[in-house]
Amino acid sequence: MKPENKDQIYQQFEAIRRQAEERRDAARRDPSPTILIGTATCGIASGALDTKLAFEQAILEQGLDARVRTVGCIGHCYAEPVVIIDYPQSGFPPIFYHEVTAGKARMLVKHFLEGGDPLFEHVYGAMVENDMIPSVMEFSRFNQEKRVVMEKCGHIDPEDIYDYIAHGGYAALAKALTLDPETIIDEIKTCGLRGRGGAGFPTGRKWELAADSPEGDKIIVCNADEGDPGAYMDRTILESNPHQVLEGMAICALAVGAHKAIVYVRSEYPLAVKIVSGAIAQAKTLGLLGSGILNSAFNLEIEVFQGSGAFVCGEETGLIQSIEGFRGMPRSRPPYPAQEGLYGQPTVINNVKTLASVPPIIANGAAWYRTIGTENSPGTAVFSVVGDVVHAGLVEIPMGVTLRTLIFDICGGIANQKKFKAVQIGGPSGGCLPETFLDTPIDFDSLTTAGAMMGSGGMVVMDEDSCMVDVARYFLDFTQKESCGKCTFCRIGTRHLLDILQRITTGEGRTGDLEQLEQLSEDIKDGSLCGLGKTAPNPVLTSLKYFRDEYEAHINEKRCPGMMCRPLMTYYIDLDKCARGCDACVGCCPTEAVFTTSTRKKGIDQDLCVKCGECMVACPPQYDAVRKVSPPGLAPVIERPVKNPDASKKASDNS
Amino acid sequence: MTLNPNLQPLQLFAMDVDPFAKDEIFISGLPDYLKQFDRQRGQLIPILQKVQQELTYLPAEALQAVADYLEIPVAEVYGVATFYNQFRFNPPGKHQIKVCLGTACHVKGGDIILENFERKLGIKEGETTEDREFSIERVACVGCCALAPVVLVGEDVQGHMAPSKVEGLFVRIQVEKEMAQRKKKRHETGE
Repeated sequence: MKPENKDQIYQQFEAIRRQAEERRDAARRDPSPTILIGTATCGIASGALDTKLAFEQAILEQGLDARVRTVGCIGHCYAEPVVIIDYPQSGFPPIFYHEVTAGKARMLVKHFLEGGDPLFEHVYGAMVENDMIPSVMEFSRFNQEKRVVMEKCGHIDPEDIYDYIAHGGYAALAKALTLDPETIIDEIKTCGLRGRGGAGFPTGRKWELAADSPEGDKIIVCNADEGDPGAYMDRTILESNPHQVLEGMAICALAVGAHKAIVYVRSEYPLAVKIVSGAIAQAKTLGLLGSGILNSAFNLEIEVFQGSGAFVCGEETGLIQSIEGFRGMPRSRPPYPAQEGLYGQPTVINNVKTLASVPPIIANGAAWYRTIGTENSPGTAVFSVVGDVVHAGLVEIPMGVTLRTLIFDICGGIANQKKFKAVQIGGPSGGCLPETFLDTPIDFDSLTTAGAMMGSGGMVVMDEDSCMVDVARYFLDFTQKESCGKCTFCRIGTRHLLDILQRITTGEGRTGDLEQLEQLSEDIKDGSLCGLGKTAPNPVLTSLKYFRDEYEAHINEKRCPGMMCRPLMTYYIDLDKCARGCDACVGCCPTEAVFTTSTRKKGIDQDLCVKCGECMVACPPQYDAVRKVSPPGLAPVIERPVKNPDASKKASDNS
Repeated sequence: MTLNPNLQPLQLFAMDVDPFAKDEIFISGLPDYLKQFDRQRGQLIPILQKVQQELTYLPAEALQAVADYLEIPVAEVYGVATFYNQFRFNPPGKHQIKVCLGTACHVKGGDIILENFERKLGIKEGETTEDREFSIERVACVGCCALAPVVLVGEDVQGHMAPSKVEGLFVRIQVEKEMAQRKKKRHETGE
């Protein structure tokens, strides 16, 4: 296809952009306040819909003129539901409010929208620099991020294509339509973009492979089959800014010469499915997808395919099998999908974040992208940082930032004044890194050298109260269930690994178990075909390497240092600290294991206790009488007082 | 792909019949229902998803009907359906409880929450109570990790769960049920 009608393409796009800008300016001229509410899945889970309803009701009741708009997720999950109020007439800049419940919403309508008082005690920060309210950019959670992929997330309405265009969207597609496909591929190659799905394969090379394949019905697949437990950035991007992904897909299709594309989304993400389908329809109406895009000769049809939930389908060849209607079992490569993929056609499979990086690269140039990140891993990385950190949520950082900066500066460090123990990167394929690795820069190569891997970007931070053996067991439990069963080492080997870990965490570990774990792990790595099997032992190997003393404590002393393995620990009540007459722990115990002693203090019946730890949470901080110990033998024995002699007699008769 | 106008799912659910009878009506109409899909292997997973959406599970008869329609062995259909986590073969309860056991939920004690539900309802994960009111499932990750531990009751996400909140959840469901009944009764008696 030759870009002979450059002017026509630009004219067509300019017309659409003017339309979008007019709509935006009309909205800006309207002096009435605008309320932006983040309603992606995490927002809804925290009650954003209730907040929205409360705003709407209160505005209606007060007879105010204000607009309530929904936007995607801004990535600050710890602060959900997040609301931004833009009320130019009040004289204040747009203000960011966090944890806005329905009650707070009504209060804000009454005091701010009606009374002009922004309620300083609830303000998180202003969205722009000003001399009245500290800006959010003064917080490290905001100013140390570098947003490329998620730049517009949380600022635009994902269900309104004009909003995206008014923020500069689809300009990159218009530019790409005037370029040769080779130029686009060259640009992607020079910028050094690497696949954000985890393995870090150079995206430009993949596109080139597909472009060089002989003519055929080439297909683009956007891989949003995010199966990692603990990772949700792909979903958030699709829910908050679907058009950037679609635009990236269109540019990719243009570069490799494809006319068909599929977004492969997990069916567990119903909102993402709905928003992406709506976005495709809108783009088609405006002539940005479909046939003859922007008056050019380029056609592209995008469909949504709902994945049915199999972790192994994140692997390219497994994903192809799944779309074709088979069990998602990976096959050996080569031929690579870029040469021979879906229905035997050249298929480019890219992760959501990879595709979403493409429009900014085309718009700003490869040289700009190279200024972000490191030499071998340019660009940004999106992580979902969760677990025991203060400011959990989605973080986009330039590659090369150290783990310490990410965890302690950007995400606020460990919650509840506890000590850092480990960070798990890369989900079931990654590894646990201890404190000594905190100064490792985050990029593809450094993480792999340390024994973890980039993965798709799930990062779970663990404090001193977590048990590394239990975490390894957890991941093995996951991979063992998700193994497709094709390779014997993966199918049976992971089962054996799991059995051994299960034994260790229940206090039945034996000498020689650790050596066996290591041997078996190496065998599974060698004997498996796909990424799932090859990386499945990583959690075991890294935890064995960095936390061997914990394994040894489990096996030799039957002690769990993190006090997570329930067979190896127990709760008891410190009688010196327990207050007479306080019943907090009795009420919360789900199994009625807490009893009152003859001195009107409390004790725990170890036979009934399920070790859920609720009593420890419930015990008022001024007493702080509930203790946990490992091994269980260390707990003092407190006898349950005999209340009813007949009952106890019966019980002893039975025994 | 066009929908068969004779078999709109909404009509089916508007009928006031007991759930088992509703299933049977749907299954007997399956050969017609499937005509809206292309007769291609690639349609297998979308078909199974759609059927499960209607029936809430995949009974053996439905798998047979799908196999007949696509002209592939039923073993093949069963093989695909069991491979993926989405498909279930026994009817779920009216209130489906899904306990998230993603990494973040696990380190914050998701398995303890699961145990609490199991103990409270007297069933194990993957099972349904006899009155078909509740069923418990474990899911790998619902993607609300910042709210861990998370439980889904139907489509409702409950963040920051604790063992002691389990009891409260049931009380709430019970209260909501009674309120709905009372409302219905009031509506019937015309008060």
